[in-house]
Amino acid sequence: MHKGQERASVSFLGDVWEWFTASEQWHGTFGIPNRTIEHIQLSILSILAAFALAVPLGVTLGHFRRGGSIAIITANLGRALPSFGVLVLMIQVLGIGAGPTFVALVLLAIPPMLTNSYVGLAQVDDDLRDAARGMGMTQWQMLWRVELPVGSPLVMAGIRTATVTVVATASLAALVAWGGLGRFVVDGIAQGDEAQTFGGAILIALLAILAEIALAGIERLVVPRPLRVGASVRRIAADAEPV
Amino acid sequence: MATLAASPRESWIYWEWVGDHLAEIRASLVEHVILTVLTVVIGLAISIPLAVLVRRWRPAYAPVLWTTGAMYSIPSLALFGILIPITGLSRTTALIPLVAYTLLILVRNIVTGLNAVPEEVRDAARGMGYTGAVEFVRVDVPLALPAIFAGIRIATVSTIALITVTAVIGQDSLGRLILDGLQRDFRTPLVVGLLLTVLLAIAAELFLLGLQWLLTPWMHRKARTA
Repeated sequence: MHKGQERASVSFLGDVWEWFTASEQWHGTFGIPNRTIEHIQLSILSILAAFALAVPLGVTLGHFRRGGSIAIITANLGRALPSFGVLVLMIQVLGIGAGPTFVALVLLAIPPMLTNSYVGLAQVDDDLRDAARGMGMTQWQMLWRVELPVGSPLVMAGIRTATVTVVATASLAALVAWGGLGRFVVDGIAQGDEAQTFGGAILIALLAILAEIALAGIERLVVPRPLRVGASVRRIAADAEPV
Repeated sequence: MATLAASPRESWIYWEWVGDHLAEIRASLVEHVILTVLTVVIGLAISIPLAVLVRRWRPAYAPVLWTTGAMYSIPSLALFGILIPITGLSRTTALIPLVAYTLLILVRNIVTGLNAVPEEVRDAARGMGYTGAVEFVRVDVPLALPAIFAGIRIATVSTIALITVTAVIGQDSLGRLILDGLQRDFRTPLVVGLLLTVLLAIAAELFLLGLQWLLTPWMHRKARTA
């Protein structure tokens, strides 16, 4: 076990290297592969569940232009709620483990998805909707062929914001006795083991960046080309909150 | 002991604990406010020059947004973990990520606000003899204030929520109460920390809306018929 007093930067980087290459790091429950898989699994499950709950609702509200205030209140509340607090609250309500963490992640992923799907759909130009009706489209056809494609950049922006939140909050889940990559950082801090803290932090950052790249790929598949915007502009979404 | 503790532990709020720990709760609240103010002020001190630079030299806008956007998507726990070997378990380690997260929102809103100033208004200002820095401060900035304040509000509210995480690196804030509740399996500090964080966010939002109202009298002044 390395102790924090080894401050010299060369030996520190050596420690980090040693931490990464130690063979016990690559096997079993406590190894990097398992922690990474835990992190990814829980994140994907939470995002899918939140997607299933939030996007159809947001899209429906946006299509009928109803419930705008619900969307705005959800967004503001989502921004003001500390995800760390929500996580701990869920543990108190539901007990320790993956289940409560999952519920907390879903709850935190809903506001950005709901708000952005609502705004994305509600923002579709009235002239465009009139034209669709004039062409004889039914409500469903208009939704699938006009409103969803036109609203898709914001729907995707909501999914991206939610993903950033979920990947980040899943790393905090190590505090509530769950695994994931946050385990290394939290244990590292508790043990004064800076190599482990640093190594875990790098892994979390890498995972967050990979998630961004994966979503950018999905966005290319989903959003029609003329509607794609620059990488950073899209985040302007109705909301965004770091975790 | 176990039977004595059972009831306060199970109730969501145990007022006796709150009464006994008022000084501690106040200290955490004050530290939370200090961290928030420091973060937003430093964030503005960096974003304002960045926004001005980006408007002078357009090609810099995309890289600035890209960089601040990339920082934005890295979880705070990761940034803390990367900084701990350099700056230790200190307030600096807490502040650097907090400030980094405000930059995207602030730069974007300042630039958007300034860009939305109508060219005719600038022309009129120049016609009245305003130039350079004076024109910027007396004409451009006031007209961009609503957009700038929207950015400050979003940055402030998300900062207040985010500060709770700094408890992990041993910083005092309302997050310490939440962590305390977790570690001792005691709901009262958790509920107090969580509620005060949300209330502080609402108070900050209202304060900033009030400040904006005072700073932009022309937005709500009745048109005079002279």
